[in-house]
Amino acid sequence: MARYAPEGLKGSAPSGAPAPSGAPRGLGLRGWLRWGWRQLTSMRVALILLLMLAVVALPGAFFPQRPQDPAAVADYLEANPGSGELLDRLGFFDVYASPWFSAVYLLLFVSLIGCIVPRTWAHAQAMRAGPSRVPRSFARFPVRDEVEVARTPREVVAAAERALGRGYKRRTGRVQRGDVETLEISAERGYGRETGNLAFHLALVGLLVVTAWGQLVQYRGQAVVVVGSSMVNSAVDYDTFDAGAWYDVDSQEPFRLRLDDFTSVFTEAGRPDAFTADVTLSRPDGSETATTISPNDPLSVGNARVYLTGNGYAPVLTVTDAAGDVAFSGPVLFLPQDTAYTSTGVVLVPDANGGDPQLGFRGQLFPTALYAADGTVLGSTFPQPDDPVLILNLWTGDLGLDDGAPRNLFVLDTTGLTQATTETADGTEVPLELVLRPGESVELPDGQGSVTFSELRRFAAFDVRWDPSVPWMGLFAGIAFLGLAASLFLPRRRVWLRVRPASGGSVVQVAALARGDDPGLQRELDRVVAAVAPDARRRSTTTTPATRAPRRTPTPRGAAAEREARDDG
Amino acid sequence: MGEISTVLVLGSLVAYTVALISFAVDISALGGHAPHRTVRRAANIAVAVSWLGFGMHAVGLVLRGLAAGRVPWANMYEFSLTFGIVAMGTFLVINRVRDIRYLGVFVSFLVVCVLTVAFWQLYVEADGVQPILDSYWLGIHVSVAAASTGLFSVAAAASALQLLQHRQERKVEARAAVAAPVPVAAGAVGTLETVELDTVDTAESVETSGAGSAGGTSPRRPSSFAGRLMAQLPGSESLERFAYRLNAVAFVGWTLTVVAGAIWAEAAWGRPWGWDPKETWSLVIWLVYAAYLHMRATVGWTINRFAWFALAGFVALMANFYVVNVFFAGRHSYSGL
Repeated sequence: MARYAPEGLKGSAPSGAPAPSGAPRGLGLRGWLRWGWRQLTSMRVALILLLMLAVVALPGAFFPQRPQDPAAVADYLEANPGSGELLDRLGFFDVYASPWFSAVYLLLFVSLIGCIVPRTWAHAQAMRAGPSRVPRSFARFPVRDEVEVARTPREVVAAAERALGRGYKRRTGRVQRGDVETLEISAERGYGRETGNLAFHLALVGLLVVTAWGQLVQYRGQAVVVVGSSMVNSAVDYDTFDAGAWYDVDSQEPFRLRLDDFTSVFTEAGRPDAFTADVTLSRPDGSETATTISPNDPLSVGNARVYLTGNGYAPVLTVTDAAGDVAFSGPVLFLPQDTAYTSTGVVLVPDANGGDPQLGFRGQLFPTALYAADGTVLGSTFPQPDDPVLILNLWTGDLGLDDGAPRNLFVLDTTGLTQATTETADGTEVPLELVLRPGESVELPDGQGSVTFSELRRFAAFDVRWDPSVPWMGLFAGIAFLGLAASLFLPRRRVWLRVRPASGGSVVQVAALARGDDPGLQRELDRVVAAVAPDARRRSTTTTPATRAPRRTPTPRGAAAEREARDDG
Repeated sequence: MGEISTVLVLGSLVAYTVALISFAVDISALGGHAPHRTVRRAANIAVAVSWLGFGMHAVGLVLRGLAAGRVPWANMYEFSLTFGIVAMGTFLVINRVRDIRYLGVFVSFLVVCVLTVAFWQLYVEADGVQPILDSYWLGIHVSVAAASTGLFSVAAAASALQLLQHRQERKVEARAAVAAPVPVAAGAVGTLETVELDTVDTAESVETSGAGSAGGTSPRRPSSFAGRLMAQLPGSESLERFAYRLNAVAFVGWTLTVVAGAIWAEAAWGRPWGWDPKETWSLVIWLVYAAYLHMRATVGWTINRFAWFALAGFVALMANFYVVNVFFAGRHSYSGL
């Protein structure tokens, strides 16, 4: 923003291209660096960077992003093997961490700092220095007036000072020419406009800095907790956990959270209306607090926050093997697949029969079962467990868990497994379906054991997050917002008066100039004129209403003046 | 109550359609035979009918909120209603202060389109909201978003008109350049110097006094329909300033939308910013309008570029609502479709 000059009128500067022209020749390295810096901090380059940032941010809305949805990225790569890999290498699946996105916003912020820092100095100096000298001629200002009054110059000046009031910083001076003494007032208001502008830009820098800091120190963990059990705020206790590069174990607030109960309310149409997790919070000092967590109402524990992010059903199952030993017992998470909470889950029983054969179940849970005429379950009609039915398919063989490769615990890998089947009345073989309701038990075929569905519990998914930058983000966002409003709406005005004695009174010349768009400037001038000259005889009608002047064929000077008047950071 | 609301909003759609036709009649009359009528009856009818529509629209919106038991802007249908009423309200209120009836045809067209799409594609029954939306931030974040969208809409109408006006001015200037050195016959209109200035003055008189009772009659009337019409509308610079003022207010509103959204996201989703498609698009819109404001504050650009930038921002704004909500999967997919 080399062309930016914060102080008002800049004479009749030619309104050419805003960027500095022409690269220097033979200036050596320093010259080139200086030229490059001037380019980078010019408004034209800042504008280009601003628009480039908009352009490079968009791919993130079109392509799935790994931090937000890794599964969708995997699907995309599978569907588009060739182009997908190329896009992946170019960073299109993690746009906001890609080198090109970072380059654009970092350059933009460097440009911004390079522009704002000199302006901050200039503004501080301008505030110290107060209003500038009164221009020699008012002719080039579109908003001006000249009146004759029957008051002495001193009375006029006193009236003007009263009219300008405390809103204006002002300076009154005297100019002696021969034996004519001319009084002058230079007044300026609205320093807050530039202050706000600078505060806005500096707050954006602050926002970027605290966000980066937050990314480095934050941690976030996800845990699924079944009613009756607990989680501990410790990296090992989470299902997923990630933290910034500067993450410090000591920053993790020590606490334990027990899920006592989970309630959900649905409307008759099945729309969720409320979710509430009743929890007990235990701290190291032995204190226990019963509280609730619900969407939009996270639990704050010290600096960490606990969010309720999901819920579902966990049937409690017990599997005995052929020998009658209990091979598995406990709640199994079933993930909801639709709005009626039809849920799917998997039971892996590697310990059955001493590991040979192992048992695996794939199941569907219907919270409120809908039956066909012959009694088979068609689906779920309502998310609440009014008539829960669990249907399991049985697989036997080697579950493949022993090779050490990570497995998705919600998917049954059926390679190496055989599905148990049964014969219908007409002799066709169909997969065996074990139908269970809470409290029921069924025998597995061929004396392989039994499954018991003892009760249906709820589970809740919690996100625990600690990011110390959040309050700072709020602070800087607030400053940026207030600064922006001030920079756009506070009028920055200068008013000049020149009062010289005339026969029977004084001649008062008044001119006003605003920075940026200011529809109230003419009114302000009229107000001052009315205050100094209630009985004025208008000497000239040169006034051009600022808000209405067409100025489509203005004089060259007028054109320059108007351009300058529009000039604003 | 939900049905009464629907009927009222449909009624307002009918009223706005009548207003649109009347505004169009007014505009064609301006461009037609009688360029300097003092009474623009069709425009007055259009404004009156718009107020009627606005009243029904407002009551309909309130009843919708009562029927659903919450603020009436929680899905795409209701958001359309809300930003439509803000656009129409902004136009009508400003029109009481200064005559901007020339924008009526743009604004009513826009609102008629918005309401038609709302009924035709976006309608859902009045109902409560999901727990994740059940927060007082729904009242803040979404209402400010709707209000900003409404303001941006009216500003976009002014920018579009500005571009049209500029084309016409260039034609007039080209013609004036041919006849340039010839002063207007003395005595006919004493204060005016050239044909071109006269045109300007007429335009300004329309803007200030409203009724088209221009002080000076043009000695050389524009010969084309567009020429006669545009000569009675404010000049492109005046339209540009008008658009800028609305855009500046709307930009502050949009900033508040994004900030309030981030605060809400922190409480609801556990992070202030997560590059959800809607968040990304909101940022892009913010950047485009920020570029517009910076450009306007810098020397050396023609005012046409401001208009193009403002319109680009408006297109992104509309895409953010109609395209992103429907076709992009994200956490803002609450359209109820």
